[in-house]
Amino acid sequence: MATLIIPTPLRKFTANQASFESNGGTVKDVVNELVSAHEGLKTHLLDDGGNLRSFIRIYVGDEDIQALDQENTAVQPGATISIIPAIAGGSH
Amino acid sequence: MLTVTLTPEAREVIERDALEAFPNECCGFLYGHEDNTRNITFAQPVENVKDGDQRRRFEISPKQYLDAERFALTQGLTLLGVYHSHPKHPAFPSEHDRVQAMPWFSYLIINAEADHTGDLHSFVLNEARQFEQQPVISSVPTQL
Repeated sequence: MATLIIPTPLRKFTANQASFESNGGTVKDVVNELVSAHEGLKTHLLDDGGNLRSFIRIYVGDEDIQALDQENTAVQPGATISIIPAIAGGSH
Repeated sequence: MLTVTLTPEAREVIERDALEAFPNECCGFLYGHEDNTRNITFAQPVENVKDGDQRRRFEISPKQYLDAERFALTQGLTLLGVYHSHPKHPAFPSEHDRVQAMPWFSYLIINAEADHTGDLHSFVLNEARQFEQQPVISSVPTQL
C-alpha cells in the first residue's frame, strides 16, 4: 500500500482528506485510482487525453518521476507519493 | 467572497522581500488558518528559481513546495497561498498568473518600485478558473 499526499489547494476536492491509500503498481495507476475516487480532481490533474497536466509534478519519495520512468514509475509498497503543483507566474 | 486578514508582520516580510528583490519579482508562501476569514499570519520568502527574465516572471521549485507543505504540517498551520511582486507593474494578475494558478490558494500580489511598495491585492480562482479579488484587511499582530 502506497500513500499519496494531496496538496493543500486540492483538498477541497477530497473532503479535506490530506492523503490517499492505493495498491496501484505505477504512478499512473495510483493517480487513476485517486481520480476515480474523487472526480472533482480530474480537471486539475489530467488533460483531455488522460495524461498528467504540465503544471503538475509527481514525486515518489524525494525523486521527481520526470527523472525516473515518468507516469510508468513503479510504486513500491510503503512509498510516499506527492502531487506538487507548479507555482509560477509573472507580471506581463 | 472570503476576506483575507494579514498580520503586520507578514505584510512587512512581503514588502521587504519585494524591495530587496527589485527589479526582479520576489515570491514566497503564506501560512495561517481559516475560519470565517482566511487569516495569514506568516509569510515565508523563497528563492525565485525562474530561468529567464525574473523582472517579469517567478517560479518556485517543486522541492520548495514540498518543504512548504511539510513546514505547515509541523507548525500546525495551513498553507493558504503564495505571494509575488510585480515590479513597476500594477498588483493585478496577468494571464501568466491565471493559467498556472491552483484553485483555493490565495494569490497575493504586491506592486514594487525601486524605493517603495504600492498596492497589495489578493486573488483566488473561481469555478470558471477566473481570478476574483479577495478583500484584504490588516489583523492584529500574532505569533506564528
